[in-house]
Amino acid sequence: MKFKTFAWFVGPSLLMMLLFILAPLISVFWQSFNLTQPVMQTQMVETCTPGFITQICVTEEKTIPVLDDEGNMVTTTTFVGFDVYRELLQPEKAWQKITAGDWRGLLLIDFWGALRFTLTFTFITLPLVIGLGLGLAVAVNSLVKSLRGSVIFITLLPFIITPVIGALSIKWLFIGDGILTAALEWWLDKDIAMFAEAWTIEFLMLFYRVWHAAPFAFVVFYAGLQTINSDSLESAVIDGASRLQQLWYIVIPHLMPLIVFVSLIHLMDAYRVFEEIVGFSSQSHVISLQWLTYEFLVPDQAGNRSVSRASASAMLTMIGIIFLLIYPLRKTWKQYYGGNS
Amino acid sequence: MQAKTIKNLALASALTLASSGAFAACSFNNDVQLKSLSSGFDAWKAVTGAMAECGNFTPTLDNDFKEKQPDAFAAKPALYQIGGVNNATLVPLLNADTVRALDDLVAKYGSHLQPSQLIKIDGKIMAVAMMVNNQHLMYRHDILADLGIAEPKTYQDVLAAAAKIKAAGVVDYPLGGTYMTGWNLGEEFVNMHLGFGGSLIGSGNQPAIDNAQGIATLEMMKSLTAYMDPEFLVSDSTYVQKQFQSGKIAMANLWASRAAAMNNAEESQVVGMVKMASAPVISETGIPASTLWWDGIVIASNISDAEAEAAFKVVMEGLDTEMVKANNDKAVWLISGYQPSAAAEGAIATAMNGAKPYAAGGPEGIMHGVLGSGLADYLTGKKDAATTLADIEAAYTSKAKEAGYL
Repeated sequence: MKFKTFAWFVGPSLLMMLLFILAPLISVFWQSFNLTQPVMQTQMVETCTPGFITQICVTEEKTIPVLDDEGNMVTTTTFVGFDVYRELLQPEKAWQKITAGDWRGLLLIDFWGALRFTLTFTFITLPLVIGLGLGLAVAVNSLVKSLRGSVIFITLLPFIITPVIGALSIKWLFIGDGILTAALEWWLDKDIAMFAEAWTIEFLMLFYRVWHAAPFAFVVFYAGLQTINSDSLESAVIDGASRLQQLWYIVIPHLMPLIVFVSLIHLMDAYRVFEEIVGFSSQSHVISLQWLTYEFLVPDQAGNRSVSRASASAMLTMIGIIFLLIYPLRKTWKQYYGGNS
Repeated sequence: MQAKTIKNLALASALTLASSGAFAACSFNNDVQLKSLSSGFDAWKAVTGAMAECGNFTPTLDNDFKEKQPDAFAAKPALYQIGGVNNATLVPLLNADTVRALDDLVAKYGSHLQPSQLIKIDGKIMAVAMMVNNQHLMYRHDILADLGIAEPKTYQDVLAAAAKIKAAGVVDYPLGGTYMTGWNLGEEFVNMHLGFGGSLIGSGNQPAIDNAQGIATLEMMKSLTAYMDPEFLVSDSTYVQKQFQSGKIAMANLWASRAAAMNNAEESQVVGMVKMASAPVISETGIPASTLWWDGIVIASNISDAEAEAAFKVVMEGLDTEMVKANNDKAVWLISGYQPSAAAEGAIATAMNGAKPYAAGGPEGIMHGVLGSGLADYLTGKKDAATTLADIEAAYTSKAKEAGYL
């Protein structure tokens, strides 16, 4: 392809990426090192609110923002270096807990607790999703042809459901005396509260993510299975290889690029776990890094939000994803270009 | 009778086809396009329904209104002419000066308003209140009477009654509580801390919760949760209301705006069995552990005077005696024509016993937020009371510094 043609093809999407990915990223990066604050003044303010029969009026000192002539808040922006990151990571406190061997104490700092959950969530779901996806693909592949279509359709259903809706529906099955909790209570003959403890909620979240993400792995692997050379499988059978040996020595090596691909996508998705926290309202027990960013951004009832800390938290989440992806990306790189070097 | 049916029909169609123009019981024909953004509970449905009768009016009823309102009102022109606020959500609008003083409009069109409805900041009318709300005790008087328990007046009474009810095993859980992590949980702390005579914020916007009152509040909260559904950290007002309605709990400190639902035969199995009483007293201060809230209406600054005038006229239609008569039990209205019924007894008793208004302000907003997310660690047993309070104060300090209050 001529370079000019190539440029015409790539140009628009490159422009979009610059505009909608790079520009916000630079802005977030900048905001994580700067603090924008309204200028405040302290005044005595009299406020009258309804009581019963009479009004209740109180005069008290209130700190309120200064407005300019056009009615906009006057703000100042100061460069604060790594202060925002320090506020978020609390390195002194964290180090003190680490040296004291107080791991529980470390995890009570929001960021570290969120990191702990995000990492366990990512690494527990990864092998389960790959394993389940592969198992399903192999099982469906050995089904009678006439059944395959409908089985594939049913298997794909969890993937089609909107994540928040899926999480909410599972929550409603278990919360309070939900159908499944009631069934479990009847079966085990004891009172069960799935949403009262951290580990049960975490278990539900893991279960949900595997249920939701496995069909994607399944579809990719199933497509891959169709490209296996039947000669090599047949010769393996003639050589007396068991089904497990066929899987291990022929199928899995053949699917390896796809397994790496699914892992890449899953790592990226799972590290940004958010829907589960919302859907299962787990924030009183566990939070994720993405949730932390969101929580900083949501204004409280007086309209305050922590934009700088949200930016810092977003930057750290991105750095975390990059770290996670280095290994599988290198593997893919070697696969394609390894022969040349 | 027939007139009422027609009105109900008009109301229903006005709600569904909000701006299609059903001018049933409105005294004038509104020809300016108007929009409102408010919370979505029953009282707001009633008020915006009555406003829609004037035509060309589209209400947005959204429980997350507080996250949208500041930005929507700061736009030029404002995205909504009319806003529904409460004491806390008014603060960011006042700070940004995006709501207008209503003195002229009240003088011109609001002669029928009660003096207590006019929310004055430094002498200027900035909002028109329509109702008051507070959390107060609701209890199953049939159960308490059976067990020979008198109406609980203090939290010690509540705990004693809960122990008796638990021993009798007549309901799943003796207590319900709006302990959902976040705003709800923060509000529970605020109620009790004020009941102990504490305040959230001290002089110079310094935090003031890491003290004896704070510890006592936490301990009381924990003792109460022992009698609740173990999933209390995900239970909000609607959840507690449903627990009551399905007969699973016997007592709760719940919002007055939920009182009428107890007697709604369509969804409640406990019609006529729930009695409303003052919020319990928590300490020798004798102040009920509750805060007084009001809900009301503001008009945006960033709109033309003509629009503001039309908006105010429509609001006056929504807040008239006719609306109150049709929706008497949906709230504790401040509007003339309201007849306090049994459903309002708790809210009125709480106010009469001296509960304080919720002190709304920027620093209080931050404190409420960090309380809401920080208290769960204590209730789940991850932290002790002193650490919890110290950590919440630290979270407050860093957020207040960011926001420019410290």
